[in-house]
Amino acid sequence: MYSEKVMEHFTQPRNVGEIENADGVGEVGNAKCGDIMRMYLKIDGDVITDVKFKTFGCGSAIASSSMATELIKGKTVKEAMELTNKAVADALDGLPPVKMHCSVLAEQAIKSALVDYSKKSGVKIEGLEDVDFDDEHLHDLPEDEEE
Amino acid sequence: MDKMIYMDNSATTPVKKEVLQEMLPYFSEFYGNPSSVYQLSSKSKLAIDKARGQVAKGIGAKKNEIYFTGGGSESDNWAIKGIAYKHKEKGNHIITTKIEHHAVLHTCEYLQKQGFEVTYLDVDQYGMVNLQELEKAIKDNTILISIMFANNEIGTVQPIKEIGEIARKHKVLFHTDAVQAVGSIEIDVNEMNIDLLSMSAHKLYGPKGVGALYIRQGTRIDPLIAGGAQERNKRAGTENIAGIVGTGKAVELAYEHLEENNKRLVSLRERLIRGIQDKIPHVRLNGHPEKRLPGNVNFCFQFIEGEALLLSLDMVGVAGSSGSACTSGSLDPSHVLLSIGLPHEIAHGSLRLSLGLSNTEEEVDYVVEQLEGIVERLRKMSPLYDKVQGGNINVFRKSNGALHSAT
Repeated sequence: MYSEKVMEHFTQPRNVGEIENADGVGEVGNAKCGDIMRMYLKIDGDVITDVKFKTFGCGSAIASSSMATELIKGKTVKEAMELTNKAVADALDGLPPVKMHCSVLAEQAIKSALVDYSKKSGVKIEGLEDVDFDDEHLHDLPEDEEE
Repeated sequence: MDKMIYMDNSATTPVKKEVLQEMLPYFSEFYGNPSSVYQLSSKSKLAIDKARGQVAKGIGAKKNEIYFTGGGSESDNWAIKGIAYKHKEKGNHIITTKIEHHAVLHTCEYLQKQGFEVTYLDVDQYGMVNLQELEKAIKDNTILISIMFANNEIGTVQPIKEIGEIARKHKVLFHTDAVQAVGSIEIDVNEMNIDLLSMSAHKLYGPKGVGALYIRQGTRIDPLIAGGAQERNKRAGTENIAGIVGTGKAVELAYEHLEENNKRLVSLRERLIRGIQDKIPHVRLNGHPEKRLPGNVNFCFQFIEGEALLLSLDMVGVAGSSGSACTSGSLDPSHVLLSIGLPHEIAHGSLRLSLGLSNTEEEVDYVVEQLEGIVERLRKMSPLYDKVQGGNINVFRKSNGALHSAT
């Protein structure tokens, strides 16, 4: 069902934990739907020097969080803003269609942490005002027309 | 441990050697169509007749009350649709419960679209039907009560005899989905006033794709599958002889060894339940503490999600199942767990371990030991758990008691 890459990031997730006095913290998803992601960012100048996560969710939610942290660690804020859910899924060698929302959550968790950073630091981040945080948390389910 | 530890026996079981041995000649040696007249076909006919007797004996029925089908889901579909269509002049109301298998629930939903009226009874925190509520739900137009014998997820066994009495008293037909119960629980269709009973072979060490529907003699029912005179004009299609032979043998073996098997399974079950409760905090046993299937263990582990738990167990060679949304392919976690009053976020963290004849005490101990580490690892990753450690969340008791608020 999952790629080896997903399983590897699920069993040995990178960057699990919290950052004390993080420059930005973001949380998306909700427990009712079965997944919550929280991201912590340490930002120095415009570079993300450290990133940690905590996730409640299925295997692909944990793997997506782990991969997303790897993809933005050491990158600039601008580069982190450019990270798409597709890039996270691709880096994991793909996710099953019903699990694509996990990669969406990972992208949103980063952006949510950047919103927090922007608020705290007063640094304006281009493109952030356009982000639509999907509170309804739409899962990407294949629809059965017959039902 | 190198070998797989299989604890998903409520999903399916391996075919027993003795069962397979009985089946094998009916593939290539005695392959005759039982509807034919020559000698070869009489072998097939006799084999079906023997199996019918074995199944009938297992549940206290008469031979001519057993109809072989393509499995439990077909039996459920047939029982409910067959009764509904045949008795629609008399009434159009069906009573069932919210925790039935989808084979029953989806059939009832389909009938609702055809103009039938369905009452879905609530269950209590253990998954038990309330008999007073059942009796109150019966109306002049009620034609069928369909209540499962034992629940596939949480293992709760319903008061079937009492339900049968109520049905009889009000002259309403009573169907029970006994897919999880046959071969695990003593059943007597007469003593329990059961009019229709669904069963499946692969849950009791028989083959997949075959089962039976018990229909009390004299019960009027429409066929589900038309096209031939098989099963006394009630279920068309050339018989799955080998499968039917396997079904008969599996039922016979299950009831021959029922007492010893159940003693063993209950002891393993209690060991597993105690082990989990002793070693892991913030857990809840789902289902009834005593009135449950001998091999069923179902827990919620708070703050973690069921699929992550299953994947982790699979990595250490343990096969189980979960009622989390992520394993059901839908947005919501199991309808059964929601029906017993669990909040969504807790229902997402469920794990069912269903024990079978091959499981041992060593395996149970290994699973508990592995679970302890897995749950701890996943909780350390969970943003819900650090709120608990910070003391912000009330958690539920370790026992079977009522849930405390989780948020």
